Amino acid sequence: MASTAIELTRPLARPEGGLRRTVRRHPTILIGGSILLLMVLVAIFAPLLGTVDPQAVAPARRLRWPQERWWFGTDMMGRDVWSRTLYGARISLVVGLGAALLATFGGLLLGLVTGFIRRVDAVLMRVMDGLMSIPAVLLAIALMALTTASVENVIIAIAIVELPRVTRLVRGVVLSLREQPFVEAATASGTGLARTLFKHILPNTIAPLLVQGTYVCASAMITEAILSFIGAGTPPNIPSWGNIMAEARSIFQVAWYIVLFPAVFLSLTVLAVNLLGDGLRDMLDPRLSRRM
Amino acid sequence: MFAYVVRRVLATIPVMGVVAVFVFALLRLTPGDPAIMIAGDIATEADIAAIRAKLGLDEALHIQFATWMWGLLRGDLGISIFSNLPVSRLIGQRLEPTLALTVTALILAVSIAVPMGVVAAWKAGTWIDTAVMSFAVLGFSVPVFVLGFVLILVFSLSLDWLPVQGYTPIREGFVPFLRNIILPSVALGVIYAALIARITRATMLDVLAQDYIRTAEAKGLATDQVLLGHALKNASVPIVTVIGIGIALLISGAIVTETVFAIPGLGRLTVDGILKRDYPIIQGMVLLFSGVYVLINLLVDLSYMFLDPRIRY
Repeated sequence: MASTAIELTRPLARPEGGLRRTVRRHPTILIGGSILLLMVLVAIFAPLLGTVDPQAVAPARRLRWPQERWWFGTDMMGRDVWSRTLYGARISLVVGLGAALLATFGGLLLGLVTGFIRRVDAVLMRVMDGLMSIPAVLLAIALMALTTASVENVIIAIAIVELPRVTRLVRGVVLSLREQPFVEAATASGTGLARTLFKHILPNTIAPLLVQGTYVCASAMITEAILSFIGAGTPPNIPSWGNIMAEARSIFQVAWYIVLFPAVFLSLTVLAVNLLGDGLRDMLDPRLSRRM
Repeated sequence: MFAYVVRRVLATIPVMGVVAVFVFALLRLTPGDPAIMIAGDIATEADIAAIRAKLGLDEALHIQFATWMWGLLRGDLGISIFSNLPVSRLIGQRLEPTLALTVTALILAVSIAVPMGVVAAWKAGTWIDTAVMSFAVLGFSVPVFVLGFVLILVFSLSLDWLPVQGYTPIREGFVPFLRNIILPSVALGVIYAALIARITRATMLDVLAQDYIRTAEAKGLATDQVLLGHALKNASVPIVTVIGIGIALLISGAIVTETVFAIPGLGRLTVDGILKRDYPIIQGMVLLFSGVYVLINLLVDLSYMFLDPRIRY
């Protein structure tokens, strides 16, 4: 009898070679993760990667095509496109990560509250329905038009746009969990609401939140680029992929390389985050992976 | 059934109510004086006072709200600060290009994405399936304007097949209209198509695993009859749902696409509204596009009754 009790309390055996096996089964995590890691390194070490001041204007060498000295060429003000593109990675990553974190934590909080308190739920979910019926970019524009252009405000605006979807997700998880026997058992044995939330509900929201968080990050990067591109995002004195493309739009026909480089970097980064998200979803929710 | 339709129509009222209150509150409850914000950095005291009077910001909040709601109910979206014209008239002038762009993108995307999803599910696990899924992931990752620039570079600048940008109204000839609208529609439609293809494939995979599909195959029905008559018909509800939800992508994308291709539509109006800090225009656009979006999804909900005879309310 004693041995059975020990058997039951022992943690479940982990599959052999956990990490390597995971990576082999879900190659998109490896591919997406590597590209993303590369972009993060590029953003952090931008000053060491053969860049000059991205804002340094040099009218004498305007619109040079990519060549040995200027790898990505120079723009209409003689600024080095290589340097601007590399420094631009910082904005995209900071906004993507910042908006994802903010929306995820905000959505987690609101989702837990709406999932457990009926009265709040009725009001808050109607507000969320209303917010969700405003197309994302338009809502972000409406928010940005009322504040000064800064990276912080872009992050907040995009997080507000993404908030309703995260809230809905968490609320759905909470609503399905609170009827489960193990939660009822916890409540019946006298566990308080706060403890039930933290010990039983919260851990179960982490996996779907992680997946949703990567998608929020990808969509935040695109929204940031769109906002900067139409002049409602990052201020012009900070190079971001969106505003580099916006400034070069009028001379696209003669110097399309200025648009091309930030465009490729942006698409590649968003692709990496999406691949990472798909891989995580396959890993964490095997039932869904066959279908999507 | 009639009761359901009425109930569903009434359910859109609180949603639009929230949007209207939100749009109203956005301007009034922002920290700082909205009149100063809209007037910009080089405004004089008189400019700010004029804007405040024009937006009715010097009245009490509840009177402002009553005036605003009463105007909305009569279709009055306010007066543009910059051009002094009613926002509703400005919208009327710019409606056609945006409508043409989004409808073309919608037709293109649906007519390509649904067959793609069906074939991918039918040939699940083969290279065709992989190709469709790769398209879906790429379509989500390449932003609309990046795709627009690439299309211009290839088809207008290199091959010289199509005009670089601009818009020709449909009444000035269908072929010139089509030549101008095709690139922006493709750029706009790809992300939407990616979404639809993905959902179509997933739903079809579920349906194809059902017993009645095996029965249909076993009794010797042709493959196309099984796929279209038996499977796609039963997969139609989720597909139509995502077509409705995805309209939000088209609306968001249209704003950017019009900027890339210099199309004088509602998207340009919005972008000009931001650059000139013409807030009534932005409010009007939020209300208009949200209204359209809610209306389309209402129609989608109502269409379930015809798509699935089992659904009886």
